[in-house]
Amino acid sequence: MRMSSFLYTIGQGFKNLRRNRWYTLASIATISACLFLFGIFYSVVTNFQHVVKTAEEGVSVTVFFNEGTTEDVILATKSLIEKRPEVSKVDYISAADAWESFKTDYLGEYADGFTENPLEDSANLQIYLSDVSMQPALVTYLESIDTVRTVNRSEVTASTLSGINKLIAYVSFGIIAILFLVSIFLISNTVTIGISVRKEEINIMKYIGATDFFVRAPFVVEGIIIGIIGSLIPLVIIYFVYNRAAEFVALRFSMLNSILDILPVSQIFEALTPISIMIGVGIGFLGSVTTVRKHLHV
Amino acid sequence: MEKVNRRKRRAEAVPADDIITLDNVTKSYSTGAPALNGVTLHIKKGEFVFIVGDSGSGKSTLIKLLLRELVPSDGTITVMGQDLGRMRHRNIPKFRRKLGIVFQDFRLLKDRNVYENVAFAQRIIQKSTRDIKKNVPSVLAMVGLAGKYKSKVTQLAGGEQQRVALARAIVNKPEILLADEPTGNLDPNNTWEIMKLMEQINLNGTTVIVVTHNREIVNAMHKRVITMKKGVVIHDEEEGEYHDEDE
Repeated sequence: MRMSSFLYTIGQGFKNLRRNRWYTLASIATISACLFLFGIFYSVVTNFQHVVKTAEEGVSVTVFFNEGTTEDVILATKSLIEKRPEVSKVDYISAADAWESFKTDYLGEYADGFTENPLEDSANLQIYLSDVSMQPALVTYLESIDTVRTVNRSEVTASTLSGINKLIAYVSFGIIAILFLVSIFLISNTVTIGISVRKEEINIMKYIGATDFFVRAPFVVEGIIIGIIGSLIPLVIIYFVYNRAAEFVALRFSMLNSILDILPVSQIFEALTPISIMIGVGIGFLGSVTTVRKHLHV
Repeated sequence: MEKVNRRKRRAEAVPADDIITLDNVTKSYSTGAPALNGVTLHIKKGEFVFIVGDSGSGKSTLIKLLLRELVPSDGTITVMGQDLGRMRHRNIPKFRRKLGIVFQDFRLLKDRNVYENVAFAQRIIQKSTRDIKKNVPSVLAMVGLAGKYKSKVTQLAGGEQQRVALARAIVNKPEILLADEPTGNLDPNNTWEIMKLMEQINLNGTTVIVVTHNREIVNAMHKRVITMKKGVVIHDEEEGEYHDEDE
């Protein structure tokens, strides 16, 4: 393709936006509305997942060992447990640490009467999971180790968090699927109306010998530009709305700050920006390619 | 080998100076009688031909077949040495670039000006901007629209719009000019202007085929006249006249 033809194609794409300004505005508005809903939903779900994740990270499983188990054996077991994929962190609490902690928490000055460590067999491992739903599997594994005496865990907390996580996944999937279908319906309607108006133009181009590529290219350029603009508008709106909402929650619900740790907007936008632009460009590209194709067989 | 022989036989069947050959062409649609029924025609390079006939005689189907918008149900159509029935979809644009096409309803790009409409035909064949700037004004001058190149086509009168369409059709120097009722929407003055331009284009070597209902111009121009009725050719005369269906 000649450079001048390439530039002409790009130029026609931009000119088409102006020539069909109502169609352009309708398409941008449709894509923006769909991606705005998507962005809001994504922000809420990501924050919710973050809260659940933070709660999950606080859930630990404690492993106590048989009487007489040496520190070396416990540390070797620790290394084995650390290698498991569902484990995020393992802390070793020696008998001395356990006694110190107990003294501080419960005995205070009364602890002076003890000459020996009464918690001598209380050396333990505190295991934190990266995926709390894997807790039962981990416990089964831990209980199978010969030197392990007891495994303490909070089954209710783990199963509740795991349930919430599953629920979020199902609801997210459901809402995203509905949003996606609504978007496809709205966008294909808008594109179909826009293209049918220009069916004659496509016919003329074909009659005078334009290749499918030459006919399609300006429409594709136009679709991509509409997609980019249609994705940037909701991103800008969400950016400001999100910051405002985060400030509002932090001020009005300060007592929840320890649980409701709202993610910074930069962290949300790290993924939301490329996803939204890709969806916008994808919709613009596919919308123009598929609908122009219907009119190319002249 | 058989394929090569078939090609050779077909090439022999098409006389060397024929630019269009229809050999026993039938075109049927899913319902009703065939729109074309066993039509055989030979049109020589540089001829000026009128195709006449009432509605339903098969003229439009013939034009669509020559444009390779349709393919024949039976028979062979050869245009500029190419068998249209065997032409691949991807080769159709290249083929159409050798044709100039003019329609009754002009079919101009309404949101572009006169210059852009004509230049579009040159863009399609990837002419350089420099060539386009040279060729478009020259062809606009030929059709008498040099002073209106910036006008929106929707602001022009019917006769002027048809001149733009004609300019677009000839700017790429086609071998064949196909005109489907080119004067159907024009007053008598503009009709004659357009026909004179077509004659001039023909004198420059382009084969011109005009489908028309206009008895007056057919009888006045004394060109070859092919009369069609119900999908068959009923008259084919050099320097002929317009025949009514029942003649």
